[in-house]
Amino acid sequence: MMRSISLSALTAAVVLSVSACASNPPPEPEPAPPAVEKAVVTPPRVSPPPSPPVAPTPSGPAAGSRADFSAKATDRVYFDYDQYNLDDADRRALAAQVAWLKQYPTTRVEVQGHADERGTKDYNIALGGRRADAVAAYLKSQGIADTRIQTISFGKDKPLDTGHDEAAWARNRNAFTNVIVEAIS
Amino acid sequence: MRTLKLITIAIAALVLPAAPAVAQPPLKVQVVGEEYVPMRVAIPDFDAEGPGAEQVARDLADVLRADLASSTAFALVDKAAFIERDLDIALPPTFGDWSVAGVAAQALVVGKIVVNPGSNSLTVQFRLYDVYGQSQLFAREYSVPTPLNWRRLAHKVADDVYSRLTGDEGYFDSRIAFVSKTPGEESLRGRLAIMDQDGANAEFLLSGFSAVINPRFSPTEQMILYGAYVPDPKYPQATLLRTYLYDISTGRQEILAENPNSMEYSARFSPDGKSIAFSRSVNGNADIYVFDLARGTERRLTRDSGVDTSPSFSPDGKRIVFESDRGLGPQLYMMNENGEAMECPTSRTREAACRISFETGARFGDPVWSPRGDWIAFSVQRRGQFAIGVIQPDGKGLRVLSDGYQDEAPSWSPNGRVIVFQRTQAKGAGPKLFSVDLTGRNTRRIATPRDATNPTWGPLLK
Repeated sequence: MMRSISLSALTAAVVLSVSACASNPPPEPEPAPPAVEKAVVTPPRVSPPPSPPVAPTPSGPAAGSRADFSAKATDRVYFDYDQYNLDDADRRALAAQVAWLKQYPTTRVEVQGHADERGTKDYNIALGGRRADAVAAYLKSQGIADTRIQTISFGKDKPLDTGHDEAAWARNRNAFTNVIVEAIS
Repeated sequence: MRTLKLITIAIAALVLPAAPAVAQPPLKVQVVGEEYVPMRVAIPDFDAEGPGAEQVARDLADVLRADLASSTAFALVDKAAFIERDLDIALPPTFGDWSVAGVAAQALVVGKIVVNPGSNSLTVQFRLYDVYGQSQLFAREYSVPTPLNWRRLAHKVADDVYSRLTGDEGYFDSRIAFVSKTPGEESLRGRLAIMDQDGANAEFLLSGFSAVINPRFSPTEQMILYGAYVPDPKYPQATLLRTYLYDISTGRQEILAENPNSMEYSARFSPDGKSIAFSRSVNGNADIYVFDLARGTERRLTRDSGVDTSPSFSPDGKRIVFESDRGLGPQLYMMNENGEAMECPTSRTREAACRISFETGARFGDPVWSPRGDWIAFSVQRRGQFAIGVIQPDGKGLRVLSDGYQDEAPSWSPNGRVIVFQRTQAKGAGPKLFSVDLTGRNTRRIATPRDATNPTWGPLLK
């Protein structure tokens, strides 16, 4: 399998990455992604206590890995209550996903749709499906092959934030792009 | 995992040295509107014969009393008020001791437990008396091969008493499946579990599945449809939502739906158990389909760009009520099962689907047609609260039955009298199960070992 850890590729992706738009809640890192097997060249620092794993440093996530995607592209876009349309800010965020996916053409993603807890279980599964599809359709419209994208909806069953207020609900109305095939072996 | 095998219960009529029959109208629980006028029922402890029978006699009478007391049809007479004690099932009771003021029982149940010392089989015999009419209404005996199944006998007796005195079918000898949630665990995790209708004998049904959603009982068999999030075999980092058909008695199950380009969910049996209605999302658009289990064929019923989900059949199988946001926000709609247009009850126009819920600003969902056909239960979201309600199939008579912080996922008792639902009492509280009479009276918690969601009430056991 491909094991690409090219510095130039890394830089290009950094340039393309777009930070979360102001109106949207900040994206949360996904719970620790599965270990990327030995692809990262471990720096020989031992003494300081381990820093949070996400900080994108040149010696950070392996290029083409899930962590690399999350570091360089905004992996989650947010929606208004009962809505599933993408606004300009979302499309700018997704442009970084498109760039990363084009840079690593062997990768594959699953777009996960999520809803807040208000609404019935079935309706929220359908709504999460609409959100996942909105993102998937946009990625496809930007030239990402149909065969590289799949979608799933978790409805209200997998909230990012387990709180029960407006702020939590806003965070829970999202579509998360999950890299399911990395460009590393 | 403990499995309580469903056993066959032998039934026998119990012949009595009958009390003199007096011609009079049969004793029946009165109904005003839809509300029962509770009938006063006295149930003394059952007589006992054989090894260990005394304990079973006490426990069985307790469960029988609890069953009847949980219904709005009955008021149990306090045991402390009883005058006649140590009743012999072979002899008629002293009716005057039960009709006297202070006891005032209208119905009396006298019973006996026999444990056969040789075979260890358990028999319950009981007689139901009309106290004021001074006559026996009913007598029967049930046997099971082992005393371990004594609770089922209690429920069988309760169903007989209920059905004799109300004229409706009982619902006590039935089970409720649900999703068991362990507080603190990842929110997607949930295991399929089942319990007796009164919360006893709760157990997990599947060992390998930990992200079960929306179990739905067959109305005729011990079969359950459920959804489960499972790792995609092709891409283990990805997740699939599968629909399973699970046979509780054999433990066998099959995958009903798994398509790479669509997502199936919200499956529910038809009244004859032979087909299922479900939602399928393709390219983000959810529509309703019907799948014939025997033929393996499917028909698409809705072609709308809105969300169409939560289909539920009428008891005759001819119509389907569902949730759709084709108008403004989610509302309840009805359509013909055969795909033909229908005349709408309110507008008198012919439409592919007729809207039946109209409350402005309210968001309706979870419609479930009563097995009696007279009501459709639903959940409704208004003013930030989720409530359970019922509405008639013609859209009239909307009534809210419960009002918690978040009440949802209603399911009917097999006789269409009681609704079990999921309640989250307050922000951050764990979901629990409750039941409520269709009049909105008598909201009761059904205790589960852990948190619980999505109850589904099964048919009467056979």
